[in-house]
Amino acid sequence: MASIRKIARRSFLVGSVALAGGVAFGVWKLRQPVANPLSPPEGVALNPFLIINGEGVTLVTGRAEMGQGTQTTLAAMLAEELDLDWADVRVIHGPAAAAYYNTALMEAGLPLAEYSMRDWQHGVAGAVGQLGKLFGLQITGGSTAMRDGYARLRHAGASAREALKLVAAERLRTTPSALRTEGGAVITQDGTRIPYAELATLAAARPAPQVEPRDPSQWKLLGRALPRADMRAKATGTATFGVDIRLPGMKFASVRMSPRLGGRMESFDPAPALSMEGVERVIDLGEGVAVVARNSWAAMRGAEAVEISWGPAPYPETTEAIFAQIEVAFEGRRNSRLRNDGNTARFFDAPPAGARVIEAEYRLPFLAHSAMEPMNATALFTGDALELWSPNQAPLVQARAAAAALGLRAEQVTVHTPFLGGGFGRRLESDYSVLAARVAKEMPGVPVQVVWSREEDMTHDFYRPGVVARLRGAVSGGQALALEARIAAPSVLQQAGRRMLGLPMSGPDKGHVEGAFDQPYAIPNYRVEGYLADLAVPIGFWRSVGNSQNGFIHESFIDELAIAAGRDPLEFRLSLIRPESAVAARVLETVGEMSDWAAPRAPGTGKGVAFTWSFGTPVAEVIELRDEGGRIRIANAWIACDMGRALDPAIVRAQMESGLIYGLSAAVMGEITFADGEVQERNFPDYDALRMHTTPHIETRILEHQPRMGGAGEPSTPPAAAALANALFDLTGERARSLPLHHTFDFVL
Amino acid sequence: MQLIINGERLESDAPQDTPLLWVLRDELGLTGTKFGCGVAACGACTVHIGGEAVRSCQVALGDVWGEVTTIEGLGTPEAPAPLQAAWIAHQVAQCGYCQSGQIMQAAALLAENPAPSDAEIDDWMAGNLCRCGTYSRIRAAIHDAAQTMREA
Repeated sequence: MASIRKIARRSFLVGSVALAGGVAFGVWKLRQPVANPLSPPEGVALNPFLIINGEGVTLVTGRAEMGQGTQTTLAAMLAEELDLDWADVRVIHGPAAAAYYNTALMEAGLPLAEYSMRDWQHGVAGAVGQLGKLFGLQITGGSTAMRDGYARLRHAGASAREALKLVAAERLRTTPSALRTEGGAVITQDGTRIPYAELATLAAARPAPQVEPRDPSQWKLLGRALPRADMRAKATGTATFGVDIRLPGMKFASVRMSPRLGGRMESFDPAPALSMEGVERVIDLGEGVAVVARNSWAAMRGAEAVEISWGPAPYPETTEAIFAQIEVAFEGRRNSRLRNDGNTARFFDAPPAGARVIEAEYRLPFLAHSAMEPMNATALFTGDALELWSPNQAPLVQARAAAAALGLRAEQVTVHTPFLGGGFGRRLESDYSVLAARVAKEMPGVPVQVVWSREEDMTHDFYRPGVVARLRGAVSGGQALALEARIAAPSVLQQAGRRMLGLPMSGPDKGHVEGAFDQPYAIPNYRVEGYLADLAVPIGFWRSVGNSQNGFIHESFIDELAIAAGRDPLEFRLSLIRPESAVAARVLETVGEMSDWAAPRAPGTGKGVAFTWSFGTPVAEVIELRDEGGRIRIANAWIACDMGRALDPAIVRAQMESGLIYGLSAAVMGEITFADGEVQERNFPDYDALRMHTTPHIETRILEHQPRMGGAGEPSTPPAAAALANALFDLTGERARSLPLHHTFDFVL
Repeated sequence: MQLIINGERLESDAPQDTPLLWVLRDELGLTGTKFGCGVAACGACTVHIGGEAVRSCQVALGDVWGEVTTIEGLGTPEAPAPLQAAWIAHQVAQCGYCQSGQIMQAAALLAENPAPSDAEIDDWMAGNLCRCGTYSRIRAAIHDAAQTMREA
């Protein structure tokens, strides 16, 4: 039904968007190997991912550890090929460097439904992925780290291993095949151990042999639940997050920027702050102030005390006016129609006799990321160089943005990436690094840590955009005949593309409609359109991005169709999904088994199911609710997923639970509102999340049938809100078409 | 002002109204205790004063009434406390930012209730927010540590 010809554009440019402005690529540049950015003071770097010195082997990753376990599994890919003892593995975050470009991110940008992509299309995607080199896309995001690292890191490890064996063979006048590797050493036939450190210098000086990585049947580390590399430090308070950087002579600072986002500061009086104990200095930043003090608390209090008159916001002042502007997008030009099966327009103009047509409008609020560690960065400016300690998801973006703010070249900026106390997409941005750099520039030679208050963090986010979606559907004789979804919201990609890469973007925005246009449903008349709202509220990548909104919209409406058709929602989905994707169908069947879906429930129990294929991974979820004396408890959740290969099942399970809880938290109580141009939610009491006593019992099953590898960090978020809303309908008979749900339903919280 | 922190006598000349959290982190360099909200809504800054779990963002330096224990005082990477060992065994942490507070909150529970039920754990831990959603493993680790400590 949804053949690739129907849902693909006839010609695609770079990713889903055309990069306007004539960016010229040379094929020669894509083929050029990227330089190894590592030059360790002791020992040698055999490739960008591996340092060997007298103390042993250090594995270097280009991806940030923000809780998703990525550094553990990336290290395991290298350690697997290098035959390192897992207990000896050390892993660090590498520098900001093109060598750590993310190919999987660009591949995922093609405006195609992943479930239906053919091999040749993956080949084209791979070529597009190489463009990541050019754009310096060293990015931790888009659930790509495993897909991106899987081939590259295992190749790097295997190649280094064989280089080390070659050097040992020459020294021993034997052949590499007479040698093996174990525990970070080359072992001879008589059992003599030669540690890698003794061979590394010579091995690094020769061309690396090209060898294939091992077959998964030989794996000793991958595919198993390994102890995470960061666990001991995190259980003992010794892990260094961004806010934990301490440098000799370091000052503390905090910022207070315009609460009308993007607005200017008209005037300010620093006197009340300067009279406070511990406050040392107030710096004029144009759109706000920074206060330098002896500790962060004095700095935050000082920042609050500065008397400031703020200019107007560059967007409508209230939530209502902002949503009115989003609705206006429906009247403007369509941005995308990435799915167009059958003839939806003709169908709705004259629906066949007996067809039941239903219409619905869905509304989703703006959302904050609300990571546990508030935004912060530490900077040291020394006249012609900037050193930046920034918990971030995009080091080259930080370097470029900080350099531009200070009038430096990006090469003059050194970026350190400590642990991130949560990212969720917020730390792809660079505003916190730029502010730290600008404060540091005012105090050359003095390192300064700029930590935001929670209030500053929550009111100065790049939010998940508010969304309005209008849907029509039709059923007849228990069958789905048509589904049309029109989705209006501002474009994350256009805003962030300008901000992060300095590139104006046009063309169909895939992210805007992902989770709706690319789902494996066989519906004869099936159309998904995107409309972009012109709105200057800062918006950004929020865990699962467009899927976070469209998963709710699409899967809630599929439920509405099932009910209208008089069918069981799970069985209705299966009948539509089976013709499109056996992999997806199996995931749904599995969650049905796990939740004992067909079994009758006790009175006062409600169940809901939802499915979304995102980031290469199909995920199905069932939520079960219980009425507890008139209040609703989210009692149980079941998750089934299939990412093809689960490289660390315990980490995957943790990510699946995590994504579900993140999605449920937003669905129940997440909402950012505006009044007078200012965000009204300021701290956790206004913008809370599920806690231990309100989180359901969760069971996860990981399938490995899909032929390709999918991501883990995000794909369990999109179905969560819909599964919950569908369960609420089952329990109460009331259809939830706007979020958050606590406005309409009384939860146990 | 003199404080006893993790059994050690430490001196701070910070203003008396400075919250203990910031004295620990910014004045004394004990960064294991984390800043999350500043309004006692997330529990990331939880430490013990005289064995009692408190939100250090809400206790002024001048009001500290007893010996302070922070995550650094509970155990070390080389010699973790039973609770920390359980955290490692259950691979609890994801981003890990809230975990110092979670562990300190749980330690105070086990000090007064050596065999807490699920419901008692849920009640006791409700003030500690985790945005990664590590709750199921936190609960399992607390049960496990409780058993280890009972058997010790």
